[in-house]
Amino acid sequence: MSVRYLSCGDTAFTVEFGNEISPEINGRVMALHAAIAQARDAGEIPGVVETVPTMRSLMVTYDPLATSRAELQPRVDALVARGLPAGMKSRQVMLPCCYDDREFAPDLEEVAERTKKTPDEVIAAHLASPFKVYVLGFMPGLAYVAGLEPSLFLPRRSQPRVRVPRSSVAIAMDMTTIYPFESPGGWHLIGRTPLWMFDQRREQPVFLAPGDQLSFQRIDRKTYDRIARDVEAGAFDWSSLVKSQ
Amino acid sequence: MTAHLKVVRAGLFDTLQDLGRIGFMALGMPTAGAMDRIGLGLANALAGNPTNTAALEIGVMGPDLLVEADSVRVALVGPLSPSLIEGPDASPKPLESDRSHLLKRGQTLRVGMVEGSSTAYLAVAGGFALPAFMGSLSTYSRAGIGGFEGRKLGAGDALPLRREAAPGGDEHKLAQPFDYGTGPIRVVWGPQEEYFSAAGRQTFIGADYKVSKEADRMGIRFEGPVIEHAVAVDKGGADIISDGIGPGAIQVPGAGLPIVLLGDRQTVGGYPKIATVASVDLPRLGRLLPGQTVRFAAIPVDEAEKLRRDQEARLQRTIAGLVVARPPGGIDLVRLYEENLIDGVVYSG
Repeated sequence: MSVRYLSCGDTAFTVEFGNEISPEINGRVMALHAAIAQARDAGEIPGVVETVPTMRSLMVTYDPLATSRAELQPRVDALVARGLPAGMKSRQVMLPCCYDDREFAPDLEEVAERTKKTPDEVIAAHLASPFKVYVLGFMPGLAYVAGLEPSLFLPRRSQPRVRVPRSSVAIAMDMTTIYPFESPGGWHLIGRTPLWMFDQRREQPVFLAPGDQLSFQRIDRKTYDRIARDVEAGAFDWSSLVKSQ
Repeated sequence: MTAHLKVVRAGLFDTLQDLGRIGFMALGMPTAGAMDRIGLGLANALAGNPTNTAALEIGVMGPDLLVEADSVRVALVGPLSPSLIEGPDASPKPLESDRSHLLKRGQTLRVGMVEGSSTAYLAVAGGFALPAFMGSLSTYSRAGIGGFEGRKLGAGDALPLRREAAPGGDEHKLAQPFDYGTGPIRVVWGPQEEYFSAAGRQTFIGADYKVSKEADRMGIRFEGPVIEHAVAVDKGGADIISDGIGPGAIQVPGAGLPIVLLGDRQTVGGYPKIATVASVDLPRLGRLLPGQTVRFAAIPVDEAEKLRRDQEARLQRTIAGLVVARPPGGIDLVRLYEENLIDGVVYSG
């Protein structure tokens, strides 16, 4: 499978693996993202500033004072040809989610109605979906997570909300997401996690990373409140969310 | 007692910026950073700071700042209408731009209007005593991070300084103003130029585009002739599967008008990008005002890289060639006495 190199001025170019959304294509994107990070840390690819993975492409930014497109592109091409670096494993992440409170899940009943399920069946399908984090973007910590159980596919709401509360768990199309900030939003709100997807007090303010395998764990309101207090106090143990590494 | 610059009157949009929050776009974190890295670099050089020190980026109208420190050296860079310095017992005195100045406790610096440009910089020797977030002090106000409490400055804010007093030594100024260049804004085609018809691409590089009122740290929306997409917009011609957005990317949504994306831009997006501003001309973009008109001209990547390297060499020569600032008409006796009394510093020439 060949790639295309697209110019993004004299400080970046995009390696395009395909023009569709597929796990295979995204796997190659993530492999190159990791391979470039590895090569850069080893000092083998000077001038690379950072890389930005998306569903189907990787943008490579560089410093034109330290390298050039003509020098860098063949090096990146060699890494593309080499493929997946050995020992790359994705994390298994489990996020707690409370579906039980009407305030947290204002769209649960409508989603149930439109997908001809009971609310509990909607929750079960969300819990059973093999989610994967593909991209973080648009706002800090906002993850595009695909893999939603197909029976839950719905278009976005025709009338977006002006204010979606922080940490709302939402679905639309074949994806789920968690809002890192209170913001406008057009997805269907079916639950809320007590976690913050962006916490600037933490050394790593964004917990999720592209490539994470993600599932949700159903919690009741009491557990939600307990975890929310820990998160608020900065006392939550985030490593407890990772099943294996 | 800690040293501060106190905001006694806020400007319109003043934020702290350095060269940006680099390395976190994969987490969805915009880089933010100075709209005009040349202005920032010159201000820091005049203040005796490393280039990447955070300085106050002044948009349109600057603040009034009260010195709550023994002394502070500030450097003002940009086309400001005369800024003023006034003390409790002295009448206002104009302060030149493009040079450093020594200010004393109790004096108030009234930063002027930014004229003919949208952006000016105020650096302080030693920098501001604020914590870096993800390696940078740049303010990204949409997420409330960086800089001073993650936001633009307001009246009453006290900006903490790293130094209680200015270091000794001369004031400096630019030997001549830095030449940002004129003529069309240089761009490199791509990443999605094939989403536009040949006629559409010709429109983009052949027509005048005017900076609209929707221009801020995120980007500049231009007004002008509509750029034709290759495929009809209602058949998806203005939609792509989101990909990364580099600095200076020019996206053209369905309405057909270009938007140049700058420091506070989102990291990924779903509109096709016809071209990308060459980095040599990004500082010019960062200085444009609503109503100003530009043209775009396409150049190859290697030429853009060479222009940037030449510009950087010129910037370094300008910094190496800073000259000691002499008051107009010879020696400033007042200042000479002040310096002698307080610091024991005498002019050497």
